[in-house]
Amino acid sequence: MPEKLLDLQGVSMAFGGLKCIQSLDLHVDEGEIVSVIGPNGAGKTTLFNLVTGVYQPTEGDIVFAGASIKGLDPHQITRRGIARTFQTLRLFLNMSVRENVMTAAYGHTKAGVFRSMLRTPGMRREEREIRELAEEKLAFFGERLMGYRWDQPAYSLSYANRRRLEIARATATNPRLLLLDEPAAGMNPKETQEITDLIAKLRTDAGYTILVIEHDMHVVEGISDRVVALDHGLKIAEGSFEEVATSPQVIEAYLGTGGMARK
Amino acid sequence: MSGGYDDELNRPLEGALEATTSEGAAGPAVGRDEWVARHGGNREQRGGRFGALEERLRGVPWWAWLTLFVAVFALVPVAYDSGYVRRVAFDIAIYMLLALGLNVVVGWGGLLDLGFVAFFGIGAYAYALLSSDHYGIHLPTIVSIPLIMIIGAVVGLLVGLPSRRLTGDYLAIVTLFFLQLFLTVTTNGDDLFGHNVTGGANGILKVDPMSLFGHALPAATHDGSFNVAYMYVVLAVFVVVFVALRFVNLSRTGRAWRSLREDSLAAEVMGMPVNSLKLMSFAFGAAIAALTGTFVAAVNASVFSLSFAFPLLIIIYTMVILGGAGSQAGVVLGAVLIGVLLELLRDPGDSRLLFYSVVVLGLFAAFRFSARLAVVVAGTLAFGVVVHSIAGAIDSGWVNGSGGEGGGVADFAANWVIVPTDLAAWVTPVSYIGLVTLALILTLLHGWARLALLVPVLYLAAFVWENVMLSKPEPTRYIILGVLLIALMILRPAGLLGEKRVEII
Repeated sequence: MPEKLLDLQGVSMAFGGLKCIQSLDLHVDEGEIVSVIGPNGAGKTTLFNLVTGVYQPTEGDIVFAGASIKGLDPHQITRRGIARTFQTLRLFLNMSVRENVMTAAYGHTKAGVFRSMLRTPGMRREEREIRELAEEKLAFFGERLMGYRWDQPAYSLSYANRRRLEIARATATNPRLLLLDEPAAGMNPKETQEITDLIAKLRTDAGYTILVIEHDMHVVEGISDRVVALDHGLKIAEGSFEEVATSPQVIEAYLGTGGMARK
Repeated sequence: MSGGYDDELNRPLEGALEATTSEGAAGPAVGRDEWVARHGGNREQRGGRFGALEERLRGVPWWAWLTLFVAVFALVPVAYDSGYVRRVAFDIAIYMLLALGLNVVVGWGGLLDLGFVAFFGIGAYAYALLSSDHYGIHLPTIVSIPLIMIIGAVVGLLVGLPSRRLTGDYLAIVTLFFLQLFLTVTTNGDDLFGHNVTGGANGILKVDPMSLFGHALPAATHDGSFNVAYMYVVLAVFVVVFVALRFVNLSRTGRAWRSLREDSLAAEVMGMPVNSLKLMSFAFGAAIAALTGTFVAAVNASVFSLSFAFPLLIIIYTMVILGGAGSQAGVVLGAVLIGVLLELLRDPGDSRLLFYSVVVLGLFAAFRFSARLAVVVAGTLAFGVVVHSIAGAIDSGWVNGSGGEGGGVADFAANWVIVPTDLAAWVTPVSYIGLVTLALILTLLHGWARLALLVPVLYLAAFVWENVMLSKPEPTRYIILGVLLIALMILRPAGLLGEKRVEII
């Protein structure tokens, strides 16, 4: 029985009367890739916001690596080892590509302001390590985010490269669990294939456990150990891709109860 | 599938992949990443002689620029043996420090702190209270300055507390309120629960001069002029602050500040404690402002609450915005330019020269060497001569007003612009509103109509300048600052040395 890295226990989230997530149980095992699917407004991104501490659940508990993370600030949760990307890209557009990744090392580095002012040897060494870490994370993307881009401002990147940069930035927090919010959104078929391969590589080569929201069923099919389907904040199906894809509730959620479903 | 609208440049055409990789030696192929990069390089290199010069200047390291700047600045008192010039240099050095401090909060932290000047005042008042007969405390400078920086930082932390919840306009209002609170308390501080704390409107007088390393630094030399040693002290402090801040900016703290400016939610989720970082940036700005205040209190040997009011706030913000918020070199340049400009505007002769030079330069910038430039200049000159002689023929009182000092430019202006001996009360508002209205209409016109209207507008501007603005230097300074900012917004929104900023693309 593999260890549960992330475990949501009966989590609910309501904004006033609007119930976005209703008593959701969901777990991600160490080394697993779990996909969350569901129509728009199903509560997928809210789920990510709950796990990363942006929202506080109104009910239930969230356990990460054996300890509850409910009530912690987002930056504290990040330090525990959860990193995420955003569906609507949130890069630091006016900073260089390299700096974008370097910022994410904040949580696991120490040099204080006064040491930085004096540029003590320890601070300089740490700075060098942060730089190497950033370059290593960027190099993971191969020629797509090559060296010459590293000093360019992030706004000069193409849309697909911004998505890659967001993943690079998230990995620089040294996470154990990576939350990817629609990594293939807005990508062409070739790039989508690349992202699918990349997510697999993030697990095999870099060793991350991954929870991913994705609309593209080819990606979901290609990467998932397990798929969870949400609709209106409720978990309507869970299992392998085939099980979930053929589940009547999922088909109904996506297509409605018309002639299509009966075919 | 959602691929259709993605960037075309990044996607090799079907089948082109093999072709482009195999011709690697022949150079990058169209559509590949390397091609995009090289294309960007080409664009930067374009621009001929100026482009080459710019490239070369960009290669000069920052410390070389700083050394050059400080050396030139330090030579000013050597070149000018005048107490006035030296005092102006001191004031500009103070501005440079304030701009550096504000840049931490606004340029890096992205926090709109409109209470910044209050920290400057707190530093000055704290120095005055700790080094005068007011309470009979005379702390050694070497003790009081670090203490005052800590006081400034702590107050900065307290004022920064709302910034944990407030951003943008809301934070601006709260900090502005803090500045008003500071002014009210200091102005009425001669009776705080029965105690005279701040001397009220009379301020605190007979503040001790500083003494550094056993040397007393009297505020004035024995002949009564400004003691230039203070300028050098402030310049030295400026260098230390500049370098220290530069190092902070290039550390994890500086990156964190800038990233919370860009997107504070993303920064928080990437592991940065956004709230404490905001407080830290507030405290840093406040400590630098408080440090700066001590020098002003010591040099003036007095503090008055009105020196820390809104006009100063506006001036410092103008410096930071004009130079380019976020760029240290930029805000220092802004401080020097605005500092010199405001000083020139004090003197009617200098400011008149400045005004006509700016008009002429502006025309050059707009028209280059063209027939239209000749038409406008000749037209404006002729227009003035005609109007002046007609007015003179009707009533000599209309053109006999004093043009004031200023050499050849003043003589020319006196014989060209109508300057009545007695200005009727209605002329000021009417001419002023007329000028603004016509200038706005000007922006709506095109072609020859615009040129034709430009001539009377220029003349009216000269009229308003000679009759209204020159006689009221104080508001004129702020009007000029406003015009400068408008021009900047159109020509170079990021500021003179600021990096191009992008909000959402």
